[in-house]
Amino acid sequence: MAQSATATADNRAPAREYYNEDVVRLFVIATMFWGIAAFSAGVFIAFQLAYPELNLGFAETTFGRLRPLHTSAAIFGFGGNALLATSLHVVQRTCRARLFGGEETALFLFLGYQAFLVMAGLGYVFGVTQSREYAEPEWFVDLWLTLVWVVYLVVYLGTVMKRREPHIYVANWFFLAFIITIAMLHIVNNLAVPVSFFGTKSYSLFSGVQDAITQWWYGHNAVGFFLTAGFLGMMYYYIPKRAERPVYSYRLSIIHFWALIFLYIWAGPHHLHYTSLPDWTQTLGMVFSVMLWMPSWGGMINGIMTLSGAWDKLRTDPVLRFLVVSVAFYGMSTFEGPVMSIKPVNALSHYTDWTIGHVHSGALGWVAFVSFGAMYFLVPHLWHRKQLYSMRLVSYHFWIATLGIVLYITAMWISGIMQGLMWRSYDQLGFLQYSFVETVEAMHPFYVIRALGGVLFLVGALIMVYNLVRTVRGDIREEKPMVAEPAAAAAPAE
Amino acid sequence: MPTKPEKDHLTGQETTGHEWDGIQELNTPLPKWWLYVFYVCIAFSVVYMVLYPSIPWLSGHTDGLLDWDRRVELQQDLELAQAEQATWVDQIAQADLQAIANDRELLNFSMAGGQSAFATNCAPCHGRGGAGLPGGYPSLADDAWLWGGTLEQIHRTIAYGVRNEHQQSRASMMPAYGQILDRAQIRNVAHYVKSLSATVDAPEWVAAGQQVYAAQCVACHGAEANGNPALGAPNLSDQIWLYGGEITDLVSQITNPQHGNMPAWQTRLDDETIKMLAVYVHTLGGGQ
Repeated sequence: MAQSATATADNRAPAREYYNEDVVRLFVIATMFWGIAAFSAGVFIAFQLAYPELNLGFAETTFGRLRPLHTSAAIFGFGGNALLATSLHVVQRTCRARLFGGEETALFLFLGYQAFLVMAGLGYVFGVTQSREYAEPEWFVDLWLTLVWVVYLVVYLGTVMKRREPHIYVANWFFLAFIITIAMLHIVNNLAVPVSFFGTKSYSLFSGVQDAITQWWYGHNAVGFFLTAGFLGMMYYYIPKRAERPVYSYRLSIIHFWALIFLYIWAGPHHLHYTSLPDWTQTLGMVFSVMLWMPSWGGMINGIMTLSGAWDKLRTDPVLRFLVVSVAFYGMSTFEGPVMSIKPVNALSHYTDWTIGHVHSGALGWVAFVSFGAMYFLVPHLWHRKQLYSMRLVSYHFWIATLGIVLYITAMWISGIMQGLMWRSYDQLGFLQYSFVETVEAMHPFYVIRALGGVLFLVGALIMVYNLVRTVRGDIREEKPMVAEPAAAAAPAE
Repeated sequence: MPTKPEKDHLTGQETTGHEWDGIQELNTPLPKWWLYVFYVCIAFSVVYMVLYPSIPWLSGHTDGLLDWDRRVELQQDLELAQAEQATWVDQIAQADLQAIANDRELLNFSMAGGQSAFATNCAPCHGRGGAGLPGGYPSLADDAWLWGGTLEQIHRTIAYGVRNEHQQSRASMMPAYGQILDRAQIRNVAHYVKSLSATVDAPEWVAAGQQVYAAQCVACHGAEANGNPALGAPNLSDQIWLYGGEITDLVSQITNPQHGNMPAWQTRLDDETIKMLAVYVHTLGGGQ
């Protein structure tokens, strides 16, 4: 092994062979694969909502089966692999330590996680599900993921513990919080009694409203720790790295980290406003969500303000643009979230498409964009290429995907608020003015717009895959460099 | 790797003196506006928790200064809504159907309530505005009534439904003539029935069919083929066909008839709503 030879002098950056980048490369490939799968499934089920004939008349192809396929492919397939890729890259770099546990453990982590995804996906399509949102896999798949996740924790923590830096970098705080909390959430939420030893079916250990609140304690913190804390870890490395600027505020990073960790875990009950959940629990869910606003924005401030003194790079570097705009979307959806948790607002928004729009401004705008930025950064780096195949294509991807998101979330805002208002509108004699079917009919055009927004997002991602594949092959596209753009717009060159 | 704090020349801030893989951190103080908004959110939350039920303990929770309870509030809202409609609803409960239809204000109220209930409960089968749907869901917007089109008859059909478990449900069914007649007879009678409302170019079959009709069908559908609402036997002379008007459709319906079902809405809706529905449906087309 080369690591001991290259890692003697403590103040020198070790040679790159010192790090385990093989497993990071594997996770990057998996990220792109599951990303395309998730976006395609999303586009398909979006069209199913607009045109129900697309359910095709088979149980396996109905919306009910394919929807968890979409959400799991997006959250655990695309998001999870992106988090594994970046966390394993970042922890080695910022600890100046090779991945703990050796190649075999890392490979097990990769294969084990993909096996979990395949088992989960097949289960959904063939109807093996415990019907818990974002935790649909049955008990045997849950057990397998628990094993894989513990290995992940050991590998990660082991690397942090053998670090050759006096301090732990902020990105690692967030990644660690994500790994530990997800382990806890996953185990508690999936406590279940299998019906038989060799059967797939199980029943939750909890019942009634306790089951509901366990589910949403898990569900909300899957958002908080998987889709927020983990991706903040990603942001804290790739933005300063790409912008070549110091992180804006160390103090802010401490305060917003601990505030976020402390407050997020209580906010789950806001998913169960106006249900049989007791009033006091709903109150706590709401006020903790309101208090969460500024801690969330702390991350946004630290991400965006890191560009202080380097704003011009946004013009010339579309990769940095992905990273920074993702943080802007993060700021937008973490403002929208607390607003929607306020009970009178929730009375309108609950059960409507507004929620779907909110989730996707976070998922597409924040999670996917920051991952795209990280992938564009990582691929040339990991495959030892001087540069990406094409910066222009990155720019096209950026604009096409942004347009897709805008179509998606504006359509869902309009249709969601319209839906909520139609449900609650009475005529002057006190009778409901609209039937449910009429509200569905009124939403049809917005369903179509949403699906088209999804198509744009998918097209952007396909451009990305093409760009990255060409980058790996070592090609460089002949094109006008990005730097020329503002000059060309201002004054006619040539 | 540890270094000394140094000044960042672009922002004038000090760094913390640490570096990881080339990344440094500035020691910028917390933005003031951020901190104050955070405090305001916390203050709001504390006030809200004092006012509303919030802090749990082993056997209960704080009730909050406002003494607010969601179930009580819902109950009050429902009572208020009921009180606002009470004048009309009470009168509808007392009045008979004809009286409701004759009273301008009660009719107005029933039309609004009937329309609302219809859109939610009836439109999935009978279509919006009662236009009917293909495949045996009759139109309620014309003057053909399977089970009668008077206020009383419509009310009974809605309340007890058609061919369901309810004791008073409308129940009669047409026999499957495939087991009674031979194929030529069925063909002939289909042509005869068709000829009642259209030109059919098969005079011998029509004539033979008329014989079959007189022997087998007349009891329910009547000598003039005008149907019999007491039995749910449709009018066969009016060009309105529940399961299609082609000869093949008629042959199929005679051989092995399809029958629709309808729930007894009395088990799902209150009496006043059913009365309002009857009045509303009566106005849709040609109530009798």
